Amino acid sequence: MLKTDVVVIGAGAVGCAIARELSKYEINVIVVDKNDDVGGDASKSNSAIIHTGYDAAPGTLESQLVVAANPMYDEVVKDLDVPFARIGAILPAITQEQYDQLPAIKEKAFRNHVYDVEFKTGEELLAMEPNLNPEVKGGLWIPRESIIDPFILVQALAENANANGVEFLLNTKVTGIKTENGKVKSVETTSGEIETTYVINAAGLYCDEIAEMVGKADYKVVARKGQFYILDKNTSCQVEHIVLPIPTKVTKGKLMCPTIHGNMLVGPTAEDQESKEDKSTSTEGLNSIAADVRNLVPNVNLRETITQYSGLRPNRNPEGLHFDMYDDLQGYVNLSGVRSTGLTLSLSMGKYVVQQLQYHGLEMTFKKNFIKERKGVVKFSECTLEEQEKLIQENPLYGNIICRCETITEAEILDAIHRPLGAKSMDAVKRRVRAGMGRCQGGFCGPKVLEILAREWQCDASEINKNVAGSYMVTGVTRR
Amino acid sequence: MFEINCDVVIIGGGPAGLAAAIGAKEEGAEKVLIIERDNALGGILQQCIHPGFGLTRFKEELTGPEFYGKFVDRAKELGVEYMLNSMVLSVDHENSQVICVSSEKGMTCVHAGSIVLAMGCRERTRANIVTPGTRPAGLYTAGAAQRLVNRQNIMVGKKVVILGSGDIGMIMARRMSLEGAKVVCVVELMSYLAGLTRNRVQCLDDFGIPLKLAHTITRIEGNERVTGVWVAPVDENKVPIKEQEEFIECDTVLFSVGLLPENELTRKAGIAINPITNGPEVNQYMQTSVPGVFACGNVVHVNDLADNVSEESARAGKYAAQYAMKKLPTSTGTVTCVTGRNVRYLCPQKIQKAEGSEKVSLYFRVLNPELGVKLVAKCGDEIIAQKKAFRVNPGEMDHIAVDTAKLTTDAITVEVVKED
Repeated sequence: MLKTDVVVIGAGAVGCAIARELSKYEINVIVVDKNDDVGGDASKSNSAIIHTGYDAAPGTLESQLVVAANPMYDEVVKDLDVPFARIGAILPAITQEQYDQLPAIKEKAFRNHVYDVEFKTGEELLAMEPNLNPEVKGGLWIPRESIIDPFILVQALAENANANGVEFLLNTKVTGIKTENGKVKSVETTSGEIETTYVINAAGLYCDEIAEMVGKADYKVVARKGQFYILDKNTSCQVEHIVLPIPTKVTKGKLMCPTIHGNMLVGPTAEDQESKEDKSTSTEGLNSIAADVRNLVPNVNLRETITQYSGLRPNRNPEGLHFDMYDDLQGYVNLSGVRSTGLTLSLSMGKYVVQQLQYHGLEMTFKKNFIKERKGVVKFSECTLEEQEKLIQENPLYGNIICRCETITEAEILDAIHRPLGAKSMDAVKRRVRAGMGRCQGGFCGPKVLEILAREWQCDASEINKNVAGSYMVTGVTRR
Repeated sequence: MFEINCDVVIIGGGPAGLAAAIGAKEEGAEKVLIIERDNALGGILQQCIHPGFGLTRFKEELTGPEFYGKFVDRAKELGVEYMLNSMVLSVDHENSQVICVSSEKGMTCVHAGSIVLAMGCRERTRANIVTPGTRPAGLYTAGAAQRLVNRQNIMVGKKVVILGSGDIGMIMARRMSLEGAKVVCVVELMSYLAGLTRNRVQCLDDFGIPLKLAHTITRIEGNERVTGVWVAPVDENKVPIKEQEEFIECDTVLFSVGLLPENELTRKAGIAINPITNGPEVNQYMQTSVPGVFACGNVVHVNDLADNVSEESARAGKYAAQYAMKKLPTSTGTVTCVTGRNVRYLCPQKIQKAEGSEKVSLYFRVLNPELGVKLVAKCGDEIIAQKKAFRVNPGEMDHIAVDTAKLTTDAITVEVVKED
């Protein structure tokens, strides 16, 4: 039987951030996840924004963690080589009614300790963002709202945790949690039983199912679907900041912003649903995005879309972000309601969980040889001519462009496959190096990436999945 | 950095690039270089193993590889040079050079007297047409599936629905059937066929594959692999009629929903792009808005037939060679070509007038199918060319030839007129 100190269930942003935080100490940690790649579910399909917490409910744990997390990013993205930019958000008021709401929004930001929110006039906003609705009356400027590559963030946290000794059991489903005398004893998984003192339930969408295993499911996860458009990098109407709508009572609304790689992201919807599996897009949902975002950016051209997707926010009923430990079940930590702000607060949640474990008796000794830094895949397309020449001299595979749209080389794809916790599926390659994420959506590079994956993993192409088990790409060979 | 000098450099070694290279050589250019990103010449025709090529050009029916093979032979005979596995990263027309990269030579700068763009096109995707539903494995563009089947000998699925009646879609319907897959149906949004009629007969009818015109896929189902699609008829505004939606089980969906000229390099170089064709604007010499840069084939506008591509590209090569040798005719004025009734676009978009007389073919596509019509070219109010057409169809390109001696300074209008 495997033996460890802490089992983290879920390799999404929160699970991986907790694992990395724990890896700073002399503690044995195992992360388990049902998927064959780190990155979770909600963590990989969201708006990729690092929030400030200006609009959180003041005084809540969520407010506290988001506000604490935002400033942590500057150092972490540098240490872990994660694409990130502090582009700031604007909140334009188009109608008088919206304009009248601005003081209250600013005051709420203040109560959340987000002091740097500023008022801007309509002219100032149009100067900053020329494609904004010209009827804008004024608005708020939230300078520290930022954008990030959410895939790389989670991979980087996981890779770095792994480099510091954390073990990852992927393709591993938790089937039960054994307790004894009011204490956690072990976690049963499809890869065997793991004896452990602590279990952290960071299972996101499925956290209520894990809680059920220990009789602590006093809540239900409610999946809240968000549909998005991604637009071509060449789209005619672009924005340079995160353009947020003034929230209504019903919804936070749909936004438009650049992604860290220069596409435009438009969305999301907010649709509560029963199913935790249904990540389909719908005509109604996509049309509602078009209607709403045109209020903010009238000329947004959704015909220049290169993909649409939807993600599920693990909301909870009763609502709110919850951190729970129990007197009658020592060693069990339950995280629930980690929703839209989950990506942002993953870093502070890591710290929070570790501190709580210390309060609850986990012995914490700093690791002397903690490796702080992680290097990402070298991006050929972002190098100077001289650097490119040098790369090819050292490794000729940098001269072989596989993905035309994003200019991704074979060397980068091999790095994605062979680095720790490397890519096994098509989507895992795509989320590491962006091959197939451009305008042709893998039409050209897909067949080549499939060939490379099969070659490198020494298997048949029919064994390569798009992402999860059962998502086989091809069925076999042609008639000979 | 590795440096190369040549008279004409051609980006792309498919049917367009090969014909342009031959055209340039035959016109007298000394050093002609093709830069090709694949590991062999031939472009997309390498995976087009079906017959149907060469009927116009060679008066015989050839497969894709047989067709381009003739061009490769001729190019080699003429001493055309080529670099394989080499990807062009940028076109710098101000300095008349292109930067490309390969494993073998690293970063390479090619200086040329003129540049020919022959990058071809790419396929529109499921995302471009915003088909709702899930994102499982088993969704392919028809061309990607064709590459896997014909070049990598890999089967993509067993039970297939094809969206779009473009030529590649229909050809893949036949190909998948021959490989033992069940092609359930081909679904087409428009009320008419998108591709060539002969392909409908040879690829669908002969294999008993139903064609559902004025239908579309309204939703894709399946979380891991495709489990099926919902298909509905559409009304006259192309809006699906929900009540008549039916579920069709399948494990694979192929999208054959149009092609887009691949003009990333062109755009980056600041060359004018036509919003309808999505390709560079050209004159009859296939010269773009930048004098030293020429373009031909599907990068300019999507053709139905490789034969047409070869004709147009030979011309681009010829004039690119003349430009490099400083022999391109001196322009005595520019005439614009405009679309008239039932004409979607025209190519070339401009005609350079010069000394003497020259026959220029204006290629165009219609907006809507029509029977019993006349194709008319006017310069101002003067009819300068006309011909009868039994049938016009958006899926089949038409052309009309005009004599440059008949041009005034007025614009040329091409229109489709109903015969009385």
